[in-house]
Amino acid sequence: MLKLQNVQTFYGNIQALKDVTIQISEGEIVSLIGSNGAGKSTTLMAICGIVPPRSGEILFMGQPITHMEPDRIVSLGICQVPEGRRIFPHLSVLENLDMGAFLRKDRSQIKRDMEYLFELFPLLAQRRHQAGGTLSGGEQQMLAISRALMARPKLLLLDEPSLGLAPLIVKRTFEIVRKINTENKTTIFLVEQNANLALKVAARGYVMENGRITLTDSSENLLANEGVKKAYLGF
Amino acid sequence: MITFGQIKKAVLVSIWFMFLTFPIMVIRVNPVEHIVEWRWKNMLLVGVGSFILSFVWHYFIRRKELGAQKAELGEWAEAIPLAQRIRSKKTLYKPALVAAGIFALAFPFIFSLYQTNIMASALIYVMLGLGLNIVVGLAGLLDLGYVAFYAVGAYAYALLNYHFGLSFWMVLPIGAALGATFGILLGFPVLRLRGDYLAIVTLGFGEIIRIILENWNEFSFGPSGIANIPRPSLFGIDLSVHNATIYIYYIMIGLCLLTIFVVNRLQDSRIGRAWIALREDETACQAMGIDKTKTKLTAFALGAMWAGMSGVVFAAKTTFVNPASFTIWESIIILCIVVLGGMGSILGVIAGALVLILMPEYLRALSEFRMLAFGILLVVMMVFRPGGLIPNVRRTYKFEGVANDEKS
Repeated sequence: MLKLQNVQTFYGNIQALKDVTIQISEGEIVSLIGSNGAGKSTTLMAICGIVPPRSGEILFMGQPITHMEPDRIVSLGICQVPEGRRIFPHLSVLENLDMGAFLRKDRSQIKRDMEYLFELFPLLAQRRHQAGGTLSGGEQQMLAISRALMARPKLLLLDEPSLGLAPLIVKRTFEIVRKINTENKTTIFLVEQNANLALKVAARGYVMENGRITLTDSSENLLANEGVKKAYLGF
Repeated sequence: MITFGQIKKAVLVSIWFMFLTFPIMVIRVNPVEHIVEWRWKNMLLVGVGSFILSFVWHYFIRRKELGAQKAELGEWAEAIPLAQRIRSKKTLYKPALVAAGIFALAFPFIFSLYQTNIMASALIYVMLGLGLNIVVGLAGLLDLGYVAFYAVGAYAYALLNYHFGLSFWMVLPIGAALGATFGILLGFPVLRLRGDYLAIVTLGFGEIIRIILENWNEFSFGPSGIANIPRPSLFGIDLSVHNATIYIYYIMIGLCLLTIFVVNRLQDSRIGRAWIALREDETACQAMGIDKTKTKLTAFALGAMWAGMSGVVFAAKTTFVNPASFTIWESIIILCIVVLGGMGSILGVIAGALVLILMPEYLRALSEFRMLAFGILLVVMMVFRPGGLIPNVRRTYKFEGVANDEKS
C-alpha cells in the first residue's frame, strides 16, 4: 500500500533520513521504533509531504506521492496524527473534528462519521462544545485521533500517541488503535518510542537509528531480539 | 489598604520623574538676556503628579491581580465582559440592536453635517478595521501594509472616473476586485513568512504602492493627486454637497452592515475556522489536508477586498486623492483599531474604530497631545485589557453533565 524507496531527507544541510525503505501492506499495523532524534517523525513528515524528501521515492497504492502537496496527499487517503497531538486549542471539539474533514464535502456522511467517533469516544461527545485546549492530555489524544479519522484515511499515521500520557490512558489508546484497524480496515503506521507497547499492537516493526532503518522483522522476533531488548525495552 | 511599601514605591517613582524631567521642566535658558530661569514650581508639579499617577496605577494593577487570583480560586465568577452579557441575553440584545440601528439611521437628522461627515469617515475605518481583522485577527497574519489596498481602491475610482468616466457604483465592485487581486499579489511572495518577517515585508509593500503613486506622474499625477472626483449620484441625480454627505453616510452604513454580515458568516464557516486553525498550528493544518497557500491567500484577498471598497468610498467622499493619505501611519491606525478593539471580535473592531477616529475629532482642542494620548491609551489597554475593548469570545459552552447532554 505504502512504499518508501531509498528516501533521503534533509533539514538544511543536515541529513535526517538516510536511505529509508519501508513497505506497508493494506490492513496492517506496522510500527516504527527508535530513540529520540532517530528520524521517526521525519519519516512521517516525508510521507505527508510536509518535509518532502530530496531523493528517493514514495508510492501510495502504486502512485508516486513524493513531491505532492500535503493536501493532495491527504485527499488520497493518508492522514497523520501529529506528535504532541497538536489540536487547535481555541476551536471547539466539534470544530476540530470539522477541520479533520476539511477536504470532504459530503455533509451527511461527515455527520455520521462524527456520531461514530462520539460512540467510540463518549467523553468527546460530552465535551463537543468545549474548546480543545481545555481538554486533558488523554482527551486531546482521542480528539487528535478522531480528527485524523474524520478525513477517512486509508492509511493512518500515528506519531507517538503515548507521549505524555498516563499508562492507563496509553493502554486505552492502543486498544482504540487496534479497534480502528479491525473495524474500519484502516492501515496503521505507528511511530513510537515506547517499543514494548508498539510491538505488541503491531504485527511488524522497523527499528530506526540515526536516520537509518537498521532492523525489520515481525514483532515477535523484534521483542525477542537481544539488541532491541537492550536498546529499547530496558531489559 | 494603603501600605507603607506602596507609598515608598510611589515616592521613589516621583523622585525619579522629578530627576528625569529636571532638564526640560525646571531649567530654562533665556538666550537673549543670558539668564537661566529655575522653575522649581514645575518640579513640584511633576513630583506630585507622578506620585498620584503611580499610586493610581499600582492600585489598579493590584486590583487586577486580586481579581485574577479570586477567579482562579473560583470565588469570583469570571468577569464576563458587558458586551458579551448583552449578547447572551436575548431580551437585552434585541432592543440594544434596534436602538443602535435607529440611532445610526437617525444620526444625520439629529446631528449637524459636520458630525455626519466625521461619522462617515469613522465608518470607513470600521470597514477597514473589519477587513484587516480577517487578516490579523482571524488568520493571524500581521499585515502592516494594509493601507496599500485602501489606496488601490481610492485610485481605482479616481483614475477610472478620470479616464473612462465610470460612476461610483460601477467602480465599487471593481475596487473590491482590484483590492482582492492586490491582496493575492502581496500574498504570494509572503506565504512562507511569519511573524516579524511578514510584518516587515507587508510594511514594504505598503510603502511601495505609496511611492509608486507619488512618483509615477503619468499614471497617478504624482504628489499633486487627482481632484474633482464626483460624489456618488442617486439614480443619476447629482446631489448637493449637503445631501451627498448624508448619502455617503448611508452608503457607509450599508457597506458596514454588509461587511459585518459577511465577516460574521466567514467566522463560522469552514474557511474561517481554517484561518483560526492555521493561526494556531500550521503543521497540524497541513496534516489535516488544509491547503496552506490557498487558505492564506483567501485571507489576504478577502481582507484586502474591503479595503478596496472603502478606498472607493473615501475617494468619493473627499473628492480628492493624493498619496499623502496613504502613509504607513494609516496602516498603523487601522492595526491599532483591531488590536485596541479586540482581535477577531467584530463588535470590538467597531468600538475600536469609533473610539480611535472619533476621539481625536471631538478633542481637537487637545490635538497637540493626540500622540501622547494615543500612546498612553495603548499602554493602559495592553496592561489592563490585553484582549481589547470587547475581546473576542468564541462560543463556548460549559460541561453540563452526561444526562443533560444525551437529551440534546
